Amino acid sequence: MHSDKTHSELAEKFNIDEPRVNWHDETLWWIRQKRDKAVWQLPEWESLREAASQIKHNVLAHLSEYLEAFERNAIANGITVHWAADAKEHNEIVYSLLQKHGITQMVKSKSMLTEECHLNDYLAEHGVEVIDTDLGERIVQLAKEPPSHIVLPCIHWKKEEIGELFHKYLGTPEGNADPQFLTHAARLHLREKFLTRKLALTGVNFAIAETGEFVVCTNEGNADMGAHLADVHIASMGIEKLIPKREHLGIFLRLLTRSATGQPITTYSSHFKQPRKGQEMHIVLVDNGRSVQLGREAFRNSLKCIRCGACMNTCPVYRRSGGHSYHTAVAGPIGSILAPNLDMKQYADLPFASTLCGSCSNVCPVKIDIHDQLYKWRQVLVQDGYTPKAKTLAMKAMATTLSKPGMYKSAGKVGRWMIRKVPGLVNNKLNPWYKQREMPEAPKQSFREWYAQNKKK
Amino acid sequence: MRVGLFVPCYVDQFYPQVAIATLQLLEKLGCEVVFPTRQTCCGQPMANSGYEHLTGDCNELFVDNFKEFDYIVCPSGSCTLHIKDHLHAQDEGGAQHIRKRIYELTEFITDVLKQPIKATFPHRVGMHQSCHGQRGLHISQMSELVAAPFSKPESLLQQVSGLELVTLDRKDECCGFGGTFCVFEEAVSVKMGKDRVSDHVKHGVEYITGADMSCLMHLEGILKRQNSPVRVKHIAEILNAE
Amino acid sequence: MSARERILAAVKNSQPEHTPLPDIAFLKEPVLASKEQFATIVQAIGATIFFVKDITEVKEILQEKFQQLPRKITSIAALAGIADVNWIAADPHSLENVDLAILDARLGVCENGAVWLTENEMVQRVTPFIADSLAIVLTADKLVATMHAAYEVIGDSQYGFASFIAGPSKTADIEQSLVLGAHGPRNMFIFLIH
Repeated sequence: MHSDKTHSELAEKFNIDEPRVNWHDETLWWIRQKRDKAVWQLPEWESLREAASQIKHNVLAHLSEYLEAFERNAIANGITVHWAADAKEHNEIVYSLLQKHGITQMVKSKSMLTEECHLNDYLAEHGVEVIDTDLGERIVQLAKEPPSHIVLPCIHWKKEEIGELFHKYLGTPEGNADPQFLTHAARLHLREKFLTRKLALTGVNFAIAETGEFVVCTNEGNADMGAHLADVHIASMGIEKLIPKREHLGIFLRLLTRSATGQPITTYSSHFKQPRKGQEMHIVLVDNGRSVQLGREAFRNSLKCIRCGACMNTCPVYRRSGGHSYHTAVAGPIGSILAPNLDMKQYADLPFASTLCGSCSNVCPVKIDIHDQLYKWRQVLVQDGYTPKAKTLAMKAMATTLSKPGMYKSAGKVGRWMIRKVPGLVNNKLNPWYKQREMPEAPKQSFREWYAQNKKK
Repeated sequence: MRVGLFVPCYVDQFYPQVAIATLQLLEKLGCEVVFPTRQTCCGQPMANSGYEHLTGDCNELFVDNFKEFDYIVCPSGSCTLHIKDHLHAQDEGGAQHIRKRIYELTEFITDVLKQPIKATFPHRVGMHQSCHGQRGLHISQMSELVAAPFSKPESLLQQVSGLELVTLDRKDECCGFGGTFCVFEEAVSVKMGKDRVSDHVKHGVEYITGADMSCLMHLEGILKRQNSPVRVKHIAEILNAE
Repeated sequence: MSARERILAAVKNSQPEHTPLPDIAFLKEPVLASKEQFATIVQAIGATIFFVKDITEVKEILQEKFQQLPRKITSIAALAGIADVNWIAADPHSLENVDLAILDARLGVCENGAVWLTENEMVQRVTPFIADSLAIVLTADKLVATMHAAYEVIGDSQYGFASFIAGPSKTADIEQSLVLGAHGPRNMFIFLIH
C-alpha cells in the first residue's frame, strides 16, 4: 500500500469523522481490556514473556543453524523447501507452482507476509484468481483495500458498510447488516471456494527447527479447510518464524492469543508435519530484508515479533489514526520499526508517528523494546538525511540557543514579551498548536528572573 | 543535603509558579535547594526529534551546572528520564553521578526524603499519569503488566487534606503531547488530549494534576479552547498548597 | 549463488553472539488438572460439555439428541451402531455434507479448553473442520493442566498432522460480534468420561 501522503496527513483525514474515531478507539480499547483480563489469569505471565523473549533471542543468535535444521527435517518429512531472498522471488516461486499444476484459481488464508510481498497483485497480473478466506480479509479484498490490522483486518469497517458490500458482491438482501447473517453468507460463499480450489496458501505462525513441522493458528478454520481439501499446500513464512523445539510451543501458544484477543488459545492450532497422502506440501522461506534487520543491532529484536497485534490495540495513536495511515502492510508500533528497514525514504515518517508512551513495549509478549527502537530509528533517519531541511535548521537553531545560557535567557524574555504584546504572532492558523488548543499564558517573569530577585544571595 | 533544582525550560518560561512551588516544597521538607542559574534545557526536544547528535553542548552545560550536587531534583518525569537515559559528557564521571542522582520530584519525596506531606487542597482532582514518569521512571505501576499496583504521586496526593482523588476509566493512557509530536501530528495529538480531558470531566474533576507540566500544558490548551471550568495544576503546587 | 546460500550467508553474517536457551523447568512443574476448570472454559469458548460415566452413556446421549441428523460419521468402533464407520478411504471433499463427526481426542487442556487430535483420530485431516458439528470423546485421565504439560505428553511423538481444537469455529471480524461457525463446525460437544 504505497502512499504519497505521510502518516500525519492520513491521520488528519481519518480524524475528520470524530464519532468514527471514537468508535475505532473504543473497539480496540475493548480488545486491550480483554487482553488485560486474560493475562491477569496467569500469575506467571511476566515470566512467560521473559522466557519467550529469551528463546527468540537464542533463535536470532542461531538462525542460520536453525534454518538448516528446519530445512533438513522438513525435507525428511516429505515437504519441499524453497528459499526466496525477496518478495519478487517469493511471488515467482508461488506462481511457478501454480503453473506447474496448471492452476489459475487458489485460496489463501491469512498471511501478512504475502501482504508484504504484494502477492495478490502479482498473481492477478499473471491471470491467477486469489480468494482470501479469512472473513475479515475477504471483506477488505472485496473492498479492494489492504487489511488495516494484522489480526483484525477489517476493524475499520462498520457492519452496515459490510452489509452493503455483501449486497453488491454476494447478493445478500439490501440493508441486512446482522453479523450472524453476513458471516453465514460468507461461509456459503467461501465453502464453495474451499471445495473447488486445488491450491491453498497459508501463512505460518511458528516453525519448529527440531521437527521440521509448522503451526498455523486460526479461529475460523479457514487455513485447515483450504489446506486439507487442496492438492497443493504452500506455506509462506519469514525466516524469523522459527523456534527451536516443539516444547517451546507451549510458551508461545499461551502468549499469542491472550495477547491478541484475550482468548486463552485460538480455536485451531494446527501442526503440519507431513503432506497428506497424495498431496504436495511446499514451504517458502522468505528473507526480504530480515537478514539486514538482523544485522542492525539496535533493531534486530523487532524480528522476535509473533504478530499478535497487541501493540496496535494498545497504541493510543493507532487507535486514533487507523491502520491505513501507516501505509504499510504491518501497521502500528511494530510496523513502524519494521518498515524503515525495507525502505527508509518511504517510511521515514512512521517512527515519528508515536508519542513514545511505551505502552506497546509493555504489552509485547516477546518484550520487544518497541518505543526505544522508535526513538533509535528517528536518530538513524535524521543522520541518514531523511528529514526535511527546514526541520534540521530549526533543530540546529534550537540546539544553539539552548546550549548558551545568555542566548536562552534573552530569547525567552523576547518570546514571552511578543506573545503578550502581539498574540497574533503565535495565535494564528500557521501555528499547529493553536489550531485546536490555546497557547499557554506568557508570564512577565520567568522562574530564573523570580529567583534572581527573591532567592539568590 | 544539597539539592540542585533542575527546572525544565518551558516551566522556567511559562510556568514559573510550578518551579516556585517545587522550590518551596523541597525547602519545607528540609532540603538546601540551589537553582544553578546557567541551566537551560535537558536536550530532549532535539533528541526525541532524531537530533540527539546536536545535544552535546546542552549535555556539557548540564553536567557543569549539576555535577556538584548530592541530588538533582526536577518537577518533570520526562526531562528526568531523558537525563537518566541519555546524558553523556566529556566529564563522564560527572554525567554518571547525575544520571544516578537525578530524581523526579514525587519519587524524590517518597524514596529519598520519605517525609509526610502537610498540605490542604479541598478539591476533586484527577491524576494524569505521564508516560515517561510512569513507564520510563516507574513512579507508578503500569496497567499493561501483571504486577502489584502502586503510585508514588498518588500516595502523596492521598496525604493532602481535603483532596478527593477520582478513578479514571483509562488510568494511564497517553495524553498525546509527545514533544514535537504535538505539532507534527496535530490531529491525533489533539484527539488524544480531548479524550483524556473528557475522561477527567466525566468523573467531575475540578483540577487535573500530574507530575509533568508538558502534558498539563497540552491538556490546558484544550480545556481553555473548550471554555471548560476545569483547571490544571502541577502536583508540586498541590503538595505545596496550604 | 542460490537464494538459499545467499540467505544463509547473510543471516550467518548478521546473527548476534550466542545466547543460551532459558531454563523453562519452572513452567513444567506439575499442576493438578481440574475438570471443573476444563468444563468452565470449554463452555466459555462456545462448546458444550457432557460428563458421562462410559461410552454407553455417550451412545445414549448421541441417540437421544442427534438421531435426526442425516449424516453422522465416527472413527470410534464402539459407536458403529449410531454413526457411519465406512468413510475411512473417502475423498475429503465427500465429507462436505457431514452433520456430525464423532472423534476421540488424545488430550484435553484445562487452561484453555483445547483438545488434541492427531491425524489418527481425524482419519481424514479435514474431518474436524468440515463437519457441521463436532463431538469429541475424551477420558478425564487425559486432562492436563497447562500447555506445557500437554507438550510433555506429546513429547516427540510422530504424526503427519495434528491440531489443538478449542471450541467451534468462530469469527468476530464483523464489528467484533462473536459468531460461531465461520467455516468449520457451528457446534462442538465434548463427552468427558470420568
